[in-house]
Amino acid sequence: MKRRDFMRSAALTIGGLLMPANKSDASMWETFFQKYFREMTPQEKKGVAKRLEKEYEAKTGVKINVKTNEALPGVKYGYGLDLSRCIGCRRCVYACATENNLSRKPQMHYITVLEFKNGEKWISDLEESQKYYKHEMVPAPEHFYMPVQCQQCDNPPCVKVCPTKATWKEPDGIVVVDYNWCIGCRYCMAACPYGARKFNWGEPTVPPEQFNPDTHYLGNRPKFKGHVEKCTFCIQRTRENPGRYPACVEICPAGARKFGNLLDPNSEISQCIEKKRVFRLKEELNTHPNFLYFFSM
Amino acid sequence: MKGKICVAAIVVLLTLCLLPDVPMAETDIVTTTKPPFTPGIFPCSACHAAMAPNKERRELTFHTEIQLKHAQEQRWCLDCHDAANRDMLHLANGDLIPFDKSYQLCGQCHGNTYRDWKTGIHGKRVGYWNGGKTYSLCVDCHNPHSPKFKPLKPMPVPAKPKDIQNIKGTTSVEIEGKKIYIPNENAK
Repeated sequence: MKRRDFMRSAALTIGGLLMPANKSDASMWETFFQKYFREMTPQEKKGVAKRLEKEYEAKTGVKINVKTNEALPGVKYGYGLDLSRCIGCRRCVYACATENNLSRKPQMHYITVLEFKNGEKWISDLEESQKYYKHEMVPAPEHFYMPVQCQQCDNPPCVKVCPTKATWKEPDGIVVVDYNWCIGCRYCMAACPYGARKFNWGEPTVPPEQFNPDTHYLGNRPKFKGHVEKCTFCIQRTRENPGRYPACVEICPAGARKFGNLLDPNSEISQCIEKKRVFRLKEELNTHPNFLYFFSM
Repeated sequence: MKGKICVAAIVVLLTLCLLPDVPMAETDIVTTTKPPFTPGIFPCSACHAAMAPNKERRELTFHTEIQLKHAQEQRWCLDCHDAANRDMLHLANGDLIPFDKSYQLCGQCHGNTYRDWKTGIHGKRVGYWNGGKTYSLCVDCHNPHSPKFKPLKPMPVPAKPKDIQNIKGTTSVEIEGKKIYIPNENAK
């Protein structure tokens, strides 16, 4: 036997022995050897989705559909938030959690609604903001509100720091995370200046009857402990033709949330940019968000 | 045969070119929600047909739940509601409009807001960002008799980092026909 052949077979044997043999069904092997999502062919992506669907059904008892469809051509998503209209009712926070199968316990939210007192420091120093405000009715007199979520930056600091390339920017502008590729190092959370990335500190739980079965691989599919996730502009809804509005847009009772294609001059978001004085949060950091704030009055 | 198809195609193309470039008519801009009438109140003529119109400005003995807080100094019911046709509204120029086109009436004074509503900057739309949309009417959010947006009860306060595991079950609430799940604040 040649030295090289010996080394190869020895490595394979040791590798094989290291695999947890008690759980070695086909699905486990496939998970272990899953390729990088961006390098998979559409066929391979479908295969992975099938495997996940089976796993999720076994685990939750709910039939969950996992989509892997790619970005629509000629589309770049943009989002607008009218700070004159937001009343701080937090309906978006929970509509988002419901739509995106966010863990109920431990609690996870993608959207943080910040409350500011009129005339106090705000945009330059968010330390003064109140996230845990409690009022009988909102808007509270002399206060205003600014919801913050992933800004889907064109120059995303979170993507740059990821050591495993588990997060990237899609052609339609959505910054996505491959939960299977994420190692949970949380560098991206430290890099994000908007606090938009959330970590699964514990095993996420969603009661089976509350599951949203319409999911996307890069979006709201069931999650597990130890990885990072974030707002994806409801990729499972918006990346369709016709595509529904994100859940937060649909629920907002004040109509403060605007969504559409930045490349279409007649879309709501393009019209906001054209007609209103929009601004980007922490613009000086050069992150180039596709999430714009404005005051309509 | 081929020639016939070619001729037909040219004719169609020419007709398309010759069509006047009409700006979108106001009447077909949108699919809107249905006006949020108090149940049983519409058609107004069900009661008013049998009543002689009284155009005098007065304290009403019926419709007492209506508190007019909308430039009430200068305004009265019949400035918007039509005395002759109770099931319609009328514009300042006297044109009758149905209740589901009431945005035209609001737009007479609130021109800037109407313009923003037509482009989607103001107001709420549901449906598809790249397909069919339903626009909310002005009156869905602003009671025409008292249009200030009414305060709402906020959803539960998010858990502080040390408490994310102390969630005592969830409960559902229905908002505009959508079911959303929130932490159950009353559970022990």
